Amino acid sequence: MERLLRILGSWALSMIRRMGHMFTFLMNSFYFVFVPPFKFNLLLRQMRFFGNKSMAIILLTGSFTGMVLALQLYYTLRKFGSDALLGPAIALSLIRELGPVLSALMVTGRAGSALTAEIGIMRISEQIDALTAMALNPMRYLIVPNIVAAIMVFPLLAAIFDVIGIYGGYAIAVKLLGMSEGTYFSQMEVFVDMEDIMQGIYKSVSFGVIVSWVCCYKGFYTGYGAEGVSKATTEAVVMSSVLILIWDYFIGSVLL
Amino acid sequence: MIEVIDLEKSFDSQKVLDGVNLTIFDKELMAIIGKSGGGKSVFLKHLIGLLKPDKGSVLVDGVDITRLGTKELDRIREKLGVVFQGGALFDSLTVYENVAFPLKEKTKVSKKEIQDRVMQALEDVGLWGMEKKYPAEISGGMKKRVALARALITEPQIVFFDEPTTGLDPIILNSIHRLIVDTHNKYGFTGVIISHDIPEIFDVADRIAMLHNGVIVEVGTPDEIKNSFNPIVRQFIIGMEVPSFKP
Ligand SMILES: Nc1ncnc2c1ncn2[C@@H]1O[C@H](COP(=O)(O)OP(=O)(O)OP(=O)(O)O)[C@@H](O)[C@H]1O
Ligand SMILES: [Mg+2]
Repeated sequence: MERLLRILGSWALSMIRRMGHMFTFLMNSFYFVFVPPFKFNLLLRQMRFFGNKSMAIILLTGSFTGMVLALQLYYTLRKFGSDALLGPAIALSLIRELGPVLSALMVTGRAGSALTAEIGIMRISEQIDALTAMALNPMRYLIVPNIVAAIMVFPLLAAIFDVIGIYGGYAIAVKLLGMSEGTYFSQMEVFVDMEDIMQGIYKSVSFGVIVSWVCCYKGFYTGYGAEGVSKATTEAVVMSSVLILIWDYFIGSVLL
Repeated sequence: MIEVIDLEKSFDSQKVLDGVNLTIFDKELMAIIGKSGGGKSVFLKHLIGLLKPDKGSVLVDGVDITRLGTKELDRIREKLGVVFQGGALFDSLTVYENVAFPLKEKTKVSKKEIQDRVMQALEDVGLWGMEKKYPAEISGGMKKRVALARALITEPQIVFFDEPTTGLDPIILNSIHRLIVDTHNKYGFTGVIISHDIPEIFDVADRIAMLHNGVIVEVGTPDEIKNSFNPIVRQFIIGMEVPSFKP
């Protein structure tokens, strides 16, 4: 019994220590976000990295999500005789919830994993040491551009996801199920408020912070060798995805 | 002057440095030899402040760098050039950009002058015409030479070379050694070279130190090392396995 407690205790302590370490890492990088010199070309490069890597998968998953939503919601709403509300139902689920969450999960799998691997390789091939030895701060050069880029790109990608999803829903609702085009879009205008859009943006921004933070952290403190990097990559993807879903619940319950 | 005093470092339970004492004088070329996995690279990283010792100190011009914060440490690092064992070139930059990087980020040198200096440096290491290639596209030996050019481009006061010639063919090896000696004569930096090149290193270094089982077992001029009576040193330079012993 005492041994069990001791194991639990040391596990909890190491957990807290690790969380503290991760949090310090984030605070440290925020510091360099506001302290010049800024690396604008690196920021642009990382924005392109996130956007370019994830665009195709966002378009693909976005359109199918919209199509599935249209099919499922159409049959549900028709039971209540309110199938005219299909447009806003699709738009609201996408904008408030599915767009930010699914696009963040997709970016994690596509760009986040690549990011962890890239930074991890820079660590094990001593490129991070080389920066430090040149008296250049690796946080400023490697981490900050990614975090800022993610904050800017995640909402954009979520917006693209939403738009594509809405048109995917349009294709099913109007072209396949024969709903009128006017109803689909006009009801959307009535029911979607700025507040809903802002909620989506808040979520996307926070997901951007979570994904870039976790993926950079895991790469920055990777273990040794190719095995260390592959382990770090897996951990980064799993941890980011789990945190996205947990945080989504919290922020959703606060913002509602 | 760099003074290393009683430096100790362990990883988990493995003691890598066990009280290293060594003084490196201004403007000398000090070579460090010792068996593979003996802690030479770990030792070097302590001199740059990349690793913190468990015990002991590293004085650079009288300042103990093991107790400095990042800001003060960076002021000392501005004076350094480092050739890492694996080259540590930035994957995302071309050969040209890699060599230009320290100049671009750390100095206010004009674009034109950067270009002239980088092209000259690449020519010096025999890589003229390779400037547009990425590190992944060049051989291991070429990477070493790019790393050398990058370390020397800022004309640093102290240069650390971690095996700058390992894996190079004999002709390039000699030309790299020539380059190190020539640059040293020209700019008069303090140099620390980790090397496995016996006997070539005898013609390059002013003094040689041997690291064995976590301590410096012998320091001296190349002639003193060649004529050393220490069995560990003798066996190492003849090229035979030294049975490891604990005192
Ligand atoms: N960051 C680290 N964490 C744990 N162990 C390490 C670390 N760095 C080095 N070591 C261990 O320290 C020992 C010395 O390594 P080091 O790289 O200094 O050897 P070396 O003398 O440079 O060898 P070589 O000539 O092959 O480069 C090795 O056993 C290595 O496993
Ligand atoms: Mg080494």
